[in-house]
Amino acid sequence: MPLKARDYKSGIKPIWCPGCGHYSVLNAITKAMAARELTSHNTAIVSGIGCSSRLPAYVSSYGFHGVHGRALPLATGLKVARPDLEVVAVGGDGDGFSIGGNHFLHACRRNVDIVYIAMDNEVYGMTKGQASPTSPETWLDGKLTPHGTEVRAFQPCAIALASGAGFIARGYSGDPNGLAQLIFEAMAFPGFAFIHVLSQCVTFVPEQTAWKQRVHPVEGAPETAAEAAALIHADDGFGKGILYRSPRPVWPRPHAQADQSEDPRAGFAL
Amino acid sequence: MTALTLAISGSGGAGAISTGELVLRLYAEVGGYGMLKKTFSPQIRGGESAAILRLGDAPVSTIPADIDLLIALDWQNFARFADELPISASTLVLHTGTDVPPPGVNPDNLLTVDAAGIAAAADSGWQNMVFFGMLASGLGCTGTAAEALLRARLEKHDDAVLDAACRALRAGFAQALPDPLRELLARFPVPAATAPGHPQRWLASGNQMAALGALEAGVRFVAAYPITPASDLLEWLAHHIEHYGGHLVQAEDELAAINMVIGAGFGGVPAMTATSGPGMALMSEAMGLAVASETAAVVVDVMRGGPSTGIPTKSEQSDLNLALYGMHGDAPHIVLAAQSIADCHFTAAWAVHLATRLQTLVIVLSDQTLGQSIQVFDAPGSDCPRAAFDSSQEAEPYLRYRDTNSGVSPLALPGEPGHMYTADGLEHGENAIPSPRARDHRMQLDKRWRKLADWDFGGHWAELVGEMDQHPVIICMGSVSATALEAQAGLAAAGREAAVLSLRLLAPLPTKQLATLLASGTRLLVVEHNHGAQLWHYLRSLLPQLAFESLALPGPTAIQPRDIYTALEAANAT
Repeated sequence: MPLKARDYKSGIKPIWCPGCGHYSVLNAITKAMAARELTSHNTAIVSGIGCSSRLPAYVSSYGFHGVHGRALPLATGLKVARPDLEVVAVGGDGDGFSIGGNHFLHACRRNVDIVYIAMDNEVYGMTKGQASPTSPETWLDGKLTPHGTEVRAFQPCAIALASGAGFIARGYSGDPNGLAQLIFEAMAFPGFAFIHVLSQCVTFVPEQTAWKQRVHPVEGAPETAAEAAALIHADDGFGKGILYRSPRPVWPRPHAQADQSEDPRAGFAL
Repeated sequence: MTALTLAISGSGGAGAISTGELVLRLYAEVGGYGMLKKTFSPQIRGGESAAILRLGDAPVSTIPADIDLLIALDWQNFARFADELPISASTLVLHTGTDVPPPGVNPDNLLTVDAAGIAAAADSGWQNMVFFGMLASGLGCTGTAAEALLRARLEKHDDAVLDAACRALRAGFAQALPDPLRELLARFPVPAATAPGHPQRWLASGNQMAALGALEAGVRFVAAYPITPASDLLEWLAHHIEHYGGHLVQAEDELAAINMVIGAGFGGVPAMTATSGPGMALMSEAMGLAVASETAAVVVDVMRGGPSTGIPTKSEQSDLNLALYGMHGDAPHIVLAAQSIADCHFTAAWAVHLATRLQTLVIVLSDQTLGQSIQVFDAPGSDCPRAAFDSSQEAEPYLRYRDTNSGVSPLALPGEPGHMYTADGLEHGENAIPSPRARDHRMQLDKRWRKLADWDFGGHWAELVGEMDQHPVIICMGSVSATALEAQAGLAAAGREAAVLSLRLLAPLPTKQLATLLASGTRLLVVEHNHGAQLWHYLRSLLPQLAFESLALPGPTAIQPRDIYTALEAANAT
């Protein structure tokens, strides 16, 4: 009998604040797992550090809660070593775009077959309210940036496209069914699939509850980078849906079959 | 043993090191032994480079300071490594005469070889191959064998290039050797072929041996970022791991590399990375994660001169402190040191075994001398330690971090039904759920310490050569071990005995065995290739009852037996 979404919950109570967007992301992930009929023990959810990075323990699957910023290398190593597993990396905007920013670029380039769900609330919640790379320049409540960040906000989807990601989507925690559908599509996509999720932090940026009025669907799922670039740049950052989908060869590429007869010792013999 | 020490030096790109490698291989193929140490600057072209070789009729594992023969392809930049190539009045020097030799070259022992002219007469520009030909003939090897080697080495080049190199070689081989060179080389005739039944002899570097040992122990995942002097270890693996169904990932940086290794180890695939000091420093946060999450990971550190970028191409043993203490928090882990070029094979394999069996981080310390020197040695057996993930679950309910007597908890691997858990760098209870409680923290700290402290590492923790009883003991690790053994032989020749204790297991330090063993030594001289006496400080801190003395000398010059004699002669070396 197929499992239901709730069967993919571990039963551990999340540490998140009431009203946190991440609850909905957790629900969307378990819904997508049910829809994909994933086997829990053949699934691994991998994360770094931050509020959203606590998610692996809340899913009934194997998980790894690693160090800050390194979810993608951890997921890459696991997937390359164990291609039989469904590997999902999750985390927040600080984890993925600041301390882990370099890994984000190279994971997009490398195109290992993993799903990356970045829950973006434009704030460092776990350290109690500092600006993140996606905070608006004019956000005045950041505890280390009293004049606003005065730094241009990071554009995750544009950077993913420029770095070579083949699947780019944006979801919203206030629309868990729509998000579950995006995660389903991302899991089905061969290669690195990035989902940028607007996931509100009601504690440090309560004004994000207004996102509900700002999000809007985007039309079409461009299959060329030029169209995707036009869509992403024209969008106000609140467009939900698939922003780009264009498969390309997955890494590692298949090469010659393992040749067990190769004797690595032969080259040393005199 | 009769042994010849010769150096071939030149600007980067002049072919000094290739020529040295050809000479060593040629001599080894006919039955000789030898070792070649590479010394070069970080520049690819235009820097200085030299191959220092010692050829003998018995195994050779050190390069002495005194050079019998120097072939200078040119004198550009020679001053930069003159410390490593000390020319004495008795050193026979061959040069091309195109530039002026440095002071210190005895004019009576200076011979000019018009290598450019000899090569040009053979319609070739390969001056270094002229010298290869002269050495091949002087050492009594055949021109056919020399040419076969050269052709094999240049097989990827087109025929025109290959033929030009061979013409220069033949021209050099046909030269009448100047008398002093002929007489010198004649003292080292071609050794007899090895006796039937002798183990197969290999010619390889320590980096190659570490790579082979890891592969044979079961490593099937490698992630790394290029760094001197570890890159050639990775390059060898890149060519071979695929045949075993494994993968090597060139990561975007060392932070990624170590986390990829941890990801693979979590998946139950034996995994490792190789790096040098700066790279290991970048890895240190995630090395703590391997310890806390109890994930198998092997890090090979081929040490070079530090700190910071330091002297990237030259050997030192100054990362010991980083390997021992480099992690935040209380993070017990295993630190091993390879003892010789051949031992890089066993030590790397043992590291893979221990990392998987004990679910922890193992750091293997090698150094540039072990890693990049090539040597002729008897092939290691293939019965090396192997990866040993133990995923047997003895008790219900399944608790990933169960507080067992041994400290080793039951390990479930992804894909195994019923035992799902989330590995965590956050402190956790036995059930893997994050917990900041004092009881859980102490339990897990104790457990992670106990699994290493109580483990029976067997007899591999050190190699003792000689009798300790009422003799001085030279305590060392890594490439210094070969120097210590040579000093021991030198002392024996002078009627004095000494023991050499080369440590393979540095952490957890087997303090009980050491205390028992060292109680009967008269002098305990810790010899190490760094400035801060890191090993001496470490041994002293854990064995305060023993009176260790220190001989600590930094790179890039190698420690020599005479340094050890001097230290032993001093009333109190510290």
